Amino acid sequence: MKKVAIIGVGQSTFVRAYPGSLRELAFEGFKEAITDAGITGKQIDASVFCSAPEYDKQRSPSAVVAEYLGLNPAPTFYVETLCSSSSTGLKLAYSMVASGVHDIVAVIGLQKMSEISSAESQERMGRGADIQWESPFGTMMPAYYAMHAKAHMDKYGTTLEDLAAVRVKAATYGQMNERAVYRKPVALDMFTDPENRMSGPVSSPLRVGDCCANADGTSCLIVASEEKARALSKKPVWILGVGAASASVNLTGRDRLYGLKAAEQAARQAYAMAGVGPKDIDVAEVHDCFTIAELLAYEALGFAEPGGAKELIQSKETYKEGSIPVNVDGGLLSKGHPIGATGGSQVRTIVLQLRGEAGDMQVKDPQIGLVHNIGGVGIYGNVTILGNL
Amino acid sequence: MSKKNEDVRFGKFGTVSFTRTTRVNDFIDHLESGKVMYTHCNTCGADFFPPRADCAGCLSSDMQWREVTGTGKLVSYSQLEFAPVGFDADLPYSIALLDYGDFQVFGRLGGDVDLAEVMIGMPMTTVVNELPNGQLNFVFKIAE
Repeated sequence: MKKVAIIGVGQSTFVRAYPGSLRELAFEGFKEAITDAGITGKQIDASVFCSAPEYDKQRSPSAVVAEYLGLNPAPTFYVETLCSSSSTGLKLAYSMVASGVHDIVAVIGLQKMSEISSAESQERMGRGADIQWESPFGTMMPAYYAMHAKAHMDKYGTTLEDLAAVRVKAATYGQMNERAVYRKPVALDMFTDPENRMSGPVSSPLRVGDCCANADGTSCLIVASEEKARALSKKPVWILGVGAASASVNLTGRDRLYGLKAAEQAARQAYAMAGVGPKDIDVAEVHDCFTIAELLAYEALGFAEPGGAKELIQSKETYKEGSIPVNVDGGLLSKGHPIGATGGSQVRTIVLQLRGEAGDMQVKDPQIGLVHNIGGVGIYGNVTILGNL
Repeated sequence: MSKKNEDVRFGKFGTVSFTRTTRVNDFIDHLESGKVMYTHCNTCGADFFPPRADCAGCLSSDMQWREVTGTGKLVSYSQLEFAPVGFDADLPYSIALLDYGDFQVFGRLGGDVDLAEVMIGMPMTTVVNELPNGQLNFVFKIAE
């Protein structure tokens, strides 16, 4: 397989409601990424747009966004795997470049969730599950992850305080991240103070503080062949492994709720392709749409043994100075979760880390980084491994 | 089939159904007669809940209906304090998963189930439930 690199990254500041249109939002991350790569739009020979389209009023958004970004007449198309759409876009771009069909591909993740109300948004997210057999019961994403949290607590003794500790860590770094939507500190005692908003029940056992916020945002990755990367970039970051797997949408098809099998399978694939293991990872971004999701990720990725996630978070080994720093950009919990933009934002963080450009959030001298991005409640598992060599 | 002859029985499933027609519409007739049914593949013997019209394993569409009987073990559940559009009047309610061994059933805990008595792994039964708006679903009850 030919080597493929990421030569440019960009993202907008994630906000609750972007004061502009979808195409204008896309421009923000795109401009930053091509400026970072030192290229012009004319050098991009294909673009992949990634979002969950039910939030968009525009039909076939890839067309208007490509036009607005000046990417015609290069081919453009749209991919969707719910919250992991832009990791899927990256895997596609990798394949397009590794095959030799394209040289430079832009992966643009975007979501303008504020075009619809929060309740409508929840209803749409519920329809990311099985609409024939589950949605008629009144399902929502927090409730599905809550079922996983309850199962994990029952099997492994994970506690509400372990969940809260994930949010406290996220907020530690969210305060440093100028691109994050939530930048306030969070303390453990907020979760036990009934007067505090963080402790408010959402879907038992998850509380407001266990959930990430909707946001508007965009991310952009410029993916290039080895030849182009060496010619154009002083600091290419190489794609070492791309793993992806799927699982049943309906929970009736899952053999466990205390873990996400698609994530475990994606991780195995990515580690095998990259020729590395969990102990080789210097910095990671994991899909913490809910606090429990980060703990499930520790175990799926092999950072902890099954059941060992609670010790990992409590020992602070996933803080910046720990043995395996995770989500030291604030994660989805602090950054916000603009569905289609999230995977690209996670990849951007790891690229900046590997280049040593992560500012206050910089981990000491990382060489290999990992991105774990989940679509739906474990329906789509994606793990990407990136490295400096 | 013309629109006016369309078989839309499945529109009666759940508080709000997002599906009007399916080749397992008979599921609704069974609910109306008080039975929660799954499908069994007559060719390879696989059991399916939720019911399927087609077997992905052997590609047969020769199915028979069988009743969900006995008890399943509670895999997990969660009580919602917020609901999606159209479900507000049902709050609070709990979604849950039961494991029957050969298949699992996703649904709600019965409205009269006391959560203080609910434990993961406990045996529960699946029963038909009529909703206040006249729709039908099924719920889980603590086994006697």
